[in-house]
This record gives sequence, C-alpha cells and structure tokens, in this order.
Amino acid sequence: MKRYSAFAIAKEALRQHMGWERAWASPDPRASYDVIIIGAGGHGLATAYYLGKNFGITNVAILEKGWLGGGNTGRNTTIIRSNYLQDASAAIYEKARSLYETLSQELNYNVMFSPRGVMMLAQTQHEVRGYLRTAHANALQGVTTEFITPQRVKELCPIMNIDGPRYPVLGALWQPRGGTARHDAVAWGYARACSDMGMHVIQKCEVTGVRSEGGRVTGVTTTRGDIGCSKLGIVVAGHSGHVAEMAGFRLPLESIALQALVSEPIKPCMDVVVMANTVHGYMSQSDKGEMVIGGGTDGFNNYTQRGSFHHIEETVRALVETFPMISRLKMLRQWGGIVDMTGDRSPILSATPLEGCFINCGWGTGGFKAIPGSGWGMAELMAKGASPLTAEFGLNRFREGRFIDESVAAGVAH
Amino acid sequence: MLILHCPCCGIDADETELHPGGEAHVKRFGPGASDAEFESYLFGRENPKGVHFERWRHANGCGKWFHAARDTVTLEVFGTYSAQLTAPPQDIRDAVTAKRPGWSWRDFA
Repeated sequence: MKRYSAFAIAKEALRQHMGWERAWASPDPRASYDVIIIGAGGHGLATAYYLGKNFGITNVAILEKGWLGGGNTGRNTTIIRSNYLQDASAAIYEKARSLYETLSQELNYNVMFSPRGVMMLAQTQHEVRGYLRTAHANALQGVTTEFITPQRVKELCPIMNIDGPRYPVLGALWQPRGGTARHDAVAWGYARACSDMGMHVIQKCEVTGVRSEGGRVTGVTTTRGDIGCSKLGIVVAGHSGHVAEMAGFRLPLESIALQALVSEPIKPCMDVVVMANTVHGYMSQSDKGEMVIGGGTDGFNNYTQRGSFHHIEETVRALVETFPMISRLKMLRQWGGIVDMTGDRSPILSATPLEGCFINCGWGTGGFKAIPGSGWGMAELMAKGASPLTAEFGLNRFREGRFIDESVAAGVAH
Repeated sequence: MLILHCPCCGIDADETELHPGGEAHVKRFGPGASDAEFESYLFGRENPKGVHFERWRHANGCGKWFHAARDTVTLEVFGTYSAQLTAPPQDIRDAVTAKRPGWSWRDFA
C-alpha cells in the first residue's frame, strides 16, 4: 500500500496524479477463510482490522451485500461521545473515543476526527439531576465530562436561545473531547487497511444462508457461491434478526427506522455538537456548512430505510425554540437507517448458540461513535473467546436480568 | 404516512393518531415456565423482514387496542383485526397469502 502523505501529493502533482493506487482490492471470494465477517460497515471492518492487527489473523473475508459503508455507517449524524452512565458502556465507548483520537494516523487515512466538544442539554429538572449523576459516574470511570451552567452553554454556542418558555436551558453535560468524524472515511480507512493486510473485502455479495454441522458453523451461502469458514462474525445492525434466523436463533431485537436530515449549507455558526434529549433533537454543523440534525425513531418495525415524515416535523419544531435561526433554513435532504434496538438500549457482543458464530449488534441509535472500540472488543472475543470490553454485553444478560440500562440513563438520542 | 383501519371504531386512522404496541401474539407461558420460556416472552422477537403482526392502540381516537398485519419491507398493510384473538383470523391470512403466495403463519419462526 502506498502511504498517503504531503510528500506523496507533491510527487503526484508533478505527474498528473497518475500514480495513485486503488484504495482497496475487489477480489473474488476464495473457497474458505479462517474468519468470515458478514457486513462491511464500520463495526464489521473494524472487527476485521483488529483481528489482523492485534491477533495476526489475516485470512479473513468481509462480505457486504451492498457497498462499503452504505448502511448505517453512511447514515448517522457522526457524533462521537462516551458520557454514558453504566461502567460497561463507558468502558467500551471511551475505548472507542480514545481510538478515534489517533485513528487517522493509525490507518494513514484522514477520518477527519474533530474533537469539538459535545453538550447534552438539560432542559428539565429531571435531566439536571440525571446529568449531574452521569458527570459523577464519569469522574469515577475516568471519562472527562463536566456539568456546565447555562451561561457557559451560551458562550460555547451563541446561536442558542437559553431562555425559551417551554424548553429553557438549565445546564448541560459537556464532554470537551467528544466530537464528530467523517463517517464514510472511517469505513474507507478500515477497508484500505484490511485490504493491505491481505483480507478480502467483497462487496455485492449477499449472505443467503448460514451452514453448520453438528451445532458448529462451517460457512455461509452467498449470492457468489458457498464460502467456508471456521469462525463467523455477524455484524449487520438492522438486519441482525434476519441473519440470525438463517443461523437458527432469535435475538432480543427489533428493527426500526431512525431518520436524520441536513439543511442547506450556511456559513460557520456553531462549532460544538448539541444534543437536546427532551425534545428528541441533536444538531451539529458539517464542514460543508450543512446543519446536521438527527431526531427520534419510529415506533414500529421497518426495513425500508425511510421513516415517517411527522418525526422530522417534530424534531425540527422542537429545535426551533432552542435554535431560532434554523426556522429560516431550508431542508436539503433527509434519509433513514434501520437500527436494531434491544430492550436495555445496550449492544450485544456475544457468542451465540451456534458454536463458532459470534454476533455484534444492538447498537441501536448510537453505533457510529463505538466503531473502533466495538471492533477492538469483538476481535478479542472472536480470537480468544472472551474480552473484558464485551464481557457484560453477552446475550445471556437478558435471561439473567443483568441489563446495562442506558435507556433510562441516556434518554433517547445518541 | 401509515394509515390503519381501526376495527373497533371503524375509521381510517393516521399514524399520528395511533400508538405502536410492538409484536403481536407473543406467547406468555403460565406458572412454572422455564427461564428460557420467560426470556422468550419478555425479549425474544421475530422481528421479521416481511410479513409482520403488530399491536396498535388507537390512542388519539377510540382508545382501543387492535392488531395489524403489515409488511416491514414494503410497508403494505394487509388488514387489521381484533386484539382479542391469539392468532390472525382466516380472512387476514388469506389476504396475506394473496399478496405473498407460499406464506404461512409463523413460518418465519
């Protein structure tokens, strides 16, 4: 792999940029691999990358039914934070956030990580108490957050109206090292690094069946033929239930649509990420100048990657009071992704009833921020059978009642 | 916008009038149920990609619960029926079969 650098750009400038290589190969699938990962989104690619980097397992194929990062990896609002209440959550999300800090250097691919700071607004007394509690928990967990006053909120984000009659800003949970990154670049960077290690990233290859023998996984059936493997990782987000059904087990998941939208691009007006969980809205400004706005989920099962219009209306209507200037903005485009929601709003990284088959799913509305940590833990789980990062996130927690309940702690928005 | 016919009060209700209630016909086992059965009742969901049966409440209308048969891929509605039933009635099954030949009740389980 040719390294990207300022020197490489200067060199290519002198020869009409004819020397760039393809970022990743498009190989035909082999008959079998040591490990197959289903799903070439951020989490699947990160799992493969850390399998190779941390455990030397490089005979790996990553199968993708569509195109690289075309699912939820390319459909989120790119927020990165780790200010969770529960210890297990804080550990894996903080691992992810800290890996994001140096991911561009690690992958030699600019993921545009921007630690611009994330604030979660407290707009009710209930939220004030909740976020104070989270700030204390974060202090014990080693996650840097603080509870800030409305005046500080106004200083950090001057376009905000903190005296709204319905939703006054009473303070905020501020994580200064949270921020955003370029979502596509995260998938592309990992794919390029995986390809460089000799792994096969195979696009347009849909898995149609999971083969097993005597309770052990032996491979998958795909639209490009049968492929054998000794270990299988299912990392398919919204379609987890569908693939698990092929593998012969059910999951405690429901797939629903989550929407986001961007406005027309405007001049820089906001250099932090603001989340307002009371009104189900969150907003940041992209480098292109668009206001990136995410909202709430639909309440019913859906695989269509589009959501109901009234949710967009609700989200924008609620944000207008806190950000009066957006009432003059036009919406540029809107999209939806299928999120896999668990009962406790925490992910599942686990072995499954089928031996050799592992699953990484249930990230629900907040998967993007977790990509490096999730891949790190999942790779350790697949290589060694256990990982301290994923120990609490097993499938058995539902039977045993050991929930990692972030639905009460984090509210709805991610 | 999703529009469902409320079988209780007989009107076509917009999604904003309705409250979703999750998967229908989830089987609750009686006293003495095993841990696995109780886990399945509480958390296990079919979450099918295709034909799905759901509970809905006509929250901003008559307030009654009912069941709906829907396709989660096309968002097509096959019909709605009484929440008193433990399995979809024959006319709903026929309506689904007409659109999805070869389909059978709970074959996705």
